[in-house]
Amino acid sequence: MAECWGLPELMCNFPQLSSGTLRAMRKGIDGGFRDIVRQWSDVIDAATAPLQLFLNFLEDLFTGAPWPLVMIAVLAVVWAGSRQLKTVIGTAIALVLIGVFGLWSDTMTTLAMVAVATLVAILIGLPLGILMARSNRFQAFLSPVLDVMQTLPSFVYLIPVVVIFGIGKVPGLIAVVIYAVPPMIRLTNLGIRLVDREVIEAADAFGADPRQKLWGVQLPLSLPTIMTGVNQTIMMSLSMVVVASMVGVGGLGKNVLQAITNQYFTVGFLNGFALVAIAIVFDRTSQAFGKRLQKHTEVAHD
Amino acid sequence: MTDPLEDARQRSGIEIRHLYKIFGTNPGRFIKRVKEGMTKEELNDRHNHVLGLQDINLSLPPGEISVIMGLSGSGKSTLIRHINGLIEPTAGEVLYEGRDVVAMKGAELREFRRTKTAMVFQKFALLPHRTVLENTLYGLDIRGVPRAEAEPVARAWIERVGLSGFEENYPNQLSGGMQQRVGLARALANDADILLMDEAFSALDPLIRMDMQKVLLELQQELQKTIIFITHDLDEALRLGDSIAILRDGKLEQVGTGQDIVLRPANDVNRGRVIRASRLARPLAEGEAPPEFRVDGYRVLERVAREMAAAGVAQATVLDRKGVATGVIDSEAILNAMVTPAEAP
Repeated sequence: MAECWGLPELMCNFPQLSSGTLRAMRKGIDGGFRDIVRQWSDVIDAATAPLQLFLNFLEDLFTGAPWPLVMIAVLAVVWAGSRQLKTVIGTAIALVLIGVFGLWSDTMTTLAMVAVATLVAILIGLPLGILMARSNRFQAFLSPVLDVMQTLPSFVYLIPVVVIFGIGKVPGLIAVVIYAVPPMIRLTNLGIRLVDREVIEAADAFGADPRQKLWGVQLPLSLPTIMTGVNQTIMMSLSMVVVASMVGVGGLGKNVLQAITNQYFTVGFLNGFALVAIAIVFDRTSQAFGKRLQKHTEVAHD
Repeated sequence: MTDPLEDARQRSGIEIRHLYKIFGTNPGRFIKRVKEGMTKEELNDRHNHVLGLQDINLSLPPGEISVIMGLSGSGKSTLIRHINGLIEPTAGEVLYEGRDVVAMKGAELREFRRTKTAMVFQKFALLPHRTVLENTLYGLDIRGVPRAEAEPVARAWIERVGLSGFEENYPNQLSGGMQQRVGLARALANDADILLMDEAFSALDPLIRMDMQKVLLELQQELQKTIIFITHDLDEALRLGDSIAILRDGKLEQVGTGQDIVLRPANDVNRGRVIRASRLARPLAEGEAPPEFRVDGYRVLERVAREMAAAGVAQATVLDRKGVATGVIDSEAILNAMVTPAEAP
């Protein structure tokens, strides 16, 4: 009870709905939500089945394949993306350390998760970002939605995700994607909107149709910004896999969660560092790749 | 072989009729009142709309260079964008080959732009992620011409504008003058009848500019395209234009040949006020003593003539900005220059 300084009741405690009303409201919404989910559970399962299959396939591939093969594949991807020897060597060292400390299989599980999450985030984010760049009205609608997605504590939207999709990998994946997709959308939008207006006018003047403008001018010229979005998306999904472990995602995140609940200092840090190592590998590779795409911006004349 | 001149007579020019452009949130509301005589000021002050173009009537003959000249804000860039439909007018018609460009929409307008027009921009507007070659064949790419067919065409034009050897360079590896050559090659590779040049040479420094003007005139000798050239520079207009239209505050002020514009100026756009003394200075002959009276080279002819008349001299030494003598100017040369177009140096 607040002190009232002799004020009337209405000025003292903020007038709120009665606890009975609030309880009824909560029950109504939660119950209704649950009923809807139960009614549609078949549809929801069917819709998420391909995602589940893909995720399982990739995870089996990563954890099941002999480690030298996986290592060579990862190093090859890093080389293809970055074309930097130092990044490849750093990656090799990180992978060896991860293996030595017994985190190989958990790391592969996390890697599979992040790979799928990033892919899904790009598949959702790129078209939404393009739409957002094309329509001011859509931008006005989507911007606040993205604000909410980015600021709403991730634990809060884990609740409806669990109610709808239950416990497991796919709900975890969905939570990760919700968290990681906003930068992809925003930076795609920004990249396209920042394309020089004069170049767009030139494309118009030569009779380019909207598709030719998008694929021939807008996307190539906004690629560096879009790559920054991909980079951000990867970083955010890596940080989110720890939280997603609360709804049943395995891998490094699960170990961290166990370490928190049991106060296993060493386990916590080892797994944490493994996540950091992967994050750095992803980051350096995708950034170097983004930079290579801007070859044409190098100024060579005096 | 058909005679290009005969051919040009049978080709269609561009007819601009009663063109109005009002900028603002609701231009349609005011067009009637503007036609009935509402002034630009009233429209701006009371209704917060800008009258960009007012009752433009202009014939741009086929196979000729028509220059549209005006200061910045006169509406010249707005006007040229009506010819290929980049800007829609509030009222009026732009006729080409019997069709009204204004009425064209979507695919029809794109087809018109792809096949009938090409444009060169003040700031080049090249595609930075494409090489010189890829930029040059951009218009053909858009039209769906296969690369095997487009490449030889593009290479030929790159050679014509003097950029051989730079095919694989990216635009920002080139200097401004070279970039605009790419812009010109890109426009010419389109092989369109209408060439729109929006202050195409204004961003270039004077020597390169003169160079490009020469290139354009040489090409035009042979190509006989219908060229619309926008500029704010009278010298450039006189050098290039078969006819010149002067635009001021969104209204056509005068249309005529270079000579008409100079001899019977509708207003103070006057050679004496735009040509600088340094352009007419001739070098001192061997052993000739420089005249004692001195004038600043960056002064315009009218001012220099007044100074010389006041001093009662017929000859003067021309100084550059650092005060160094660059040559001699005499009153006869000044008089000639103020009447007939000066030779390009």
